[in-house]
Amino acid sequence: MIRDRTIQIIFCPLWPTRFIFEVIVINPLFATGPSINTRLLVAVVASIALLVAERKSSQLDKLRSVLSMITYPIQSITDWPLHHSKETVESIKSLYSLKEENEQLRQEQLIYKSQLLKYEALEKENIRLRALLEKSFKLGEQVLVAELLSVNLAPFEHIVVVDKGTRFGVHAQQAVLDAYGVVGQVYRALPLNSEIMLITDPGHAIPVQINRNGLRTIAVGSGRINRLILPYLANNADIEEGDLLISSGLGGIFPQGYPVAVVEKIILQPNKPFAEIYATPKAQLNRSRELLIVWKSEAPIPLETQETEQADENHAEE
Amino acid sequence: MPKNNAFGYGRYLLSIIFAMSLNIAAWPQPLTPFNPNWILLVVIYWVLAAPDRVGIFSAWTIGLLTDVLTGRMLGLNALINSLVAFLCLRLHKRLRQYPILQQGLFIFFCLLLSQFLIFWITDSQTIARASYTFWLPVLTGTLFWPLVFFSLRAIRLYRRIR
Repeated sequence: MIRDRTIQIIFCPLWPTRFIFEVIVINPLFATGPSINTRLLVAVVASIALLVAERKSSQLDKLRSVLSMITYPIQSITDWPLHHSKETVESIKSLYSLKEENEQLRQEQLIYKSQLLKYEALEKENIRLRALLEKSFKLGEQVLVAELLSVNLAPFEHIVVVDKGTRFGVHAQQAVLDAYGVVGQVYRALPLNSEIMLITDPGHAIPVQINRNGLRTIAVGSGRINRLILPYLANNADIEEGDLLISSGLGGIFPQGYPVAVVEKIILQPNKPFAEIYATPKAQLNRSRELLIVWKSEAPIPLETQETEQADENHAEE
Repeated sequence: MPKNNAFGYGRYLLSIIFAMSLNIAAWPQPLTPFNPNWILLVVIYWVLAAPDRVGIFSAWTIGLLTDVLTGRMLGLNALINSLVAFLCLRLHKRLRQYPILQQGLFIFFCLLLSQFLIFWITDSQTIARASYTFWLPVLTGTLFWPLVFFSLRAIRLYRRIR
């Protein structure tokens, strides 16, 4: 019986999966083996070793990657009913409403295109001005569109799962955007999927600056999906309700200049050093299904001088 | 005991996968903090129902997969599952005789233990700020135990009765 099983396992092409199933289902080695006290001891020691080892080193990431190949299908099938129902709704939409939507999208695209034309001119101008100031800066990012899986990993953390992983070159600590603003950062990249921490997670902080006057501060997640907290601004700081907060680019994770949030409420606390300031994220954190994972361009755009202007213009166009 | 009818591997695995799916399902926002640890409930059921087949190592492996599935530290749920499986194995002869309410009390303490372990081991800001809602899954898990127990028993015994 045991030999048959061993042969099956060896010759089965999917033997790693098979092996895990065998362990889950029944472990023939221990069927009449050590007492449950011994087994508990082994299990507890193994768990604690894993807990400690993961904190000390990153060696266990490989184990997690391998196991995530098994758990990813479970996340997919959990996502499937909702995804499928949305697709069905899309496919039975009337021709009229589709035409209307199409027309609207076309108009939007036209507007964005014309804005982009202006943006290109502005970009050139900006590069020239920076050259005058002798400051080099980074511009231009690559993005990858990833689709959100509608799963909820842990009740108190704002961590979502998307369907692109290290197979597409995603790595930890990449910025994630949607069409409206900064969403969060890649928390853990696995082979087939990756986990993204939203900016509203209580453990997340993002360096921001006020678009109006460049005042820099840090926006901390509150644990509520529609709220960020700015805990480090003094009572007399130059900030008003309705101010746009953009990413400041400090810290090196988020590229500079993307909208993050709008200041919603300012409560002055004269008896305390800092004011209580709340902001609403610009990104549609609980509605966007398509997210953009951002790659920063590694090399900063070089300074432009009179002699090499032509060459640099070619470079900037790339 | 007949070999194939007593324990259906397929049903066992499917119930575990279904529980994992329930654990990470995107419930509407207000319901999210109430979502109990379905995987632990199902593991408890199978340990009580088939203690000679589902033991500490099976529970440990399921826990490890849960850790990867939900993005916890590796070993957290493995530790919880193996401890709870141990308690169930120790007490399964008595627990089977108990009425469902008394079983519920035992389940309550198992879930409480698991939540305490999460509270102690995880050093995240999130839990520190979550206040009393962090403990809600213990209550809802206990309330859902009869449902898990009777539905899984119906599934397990379905073919045998016929």
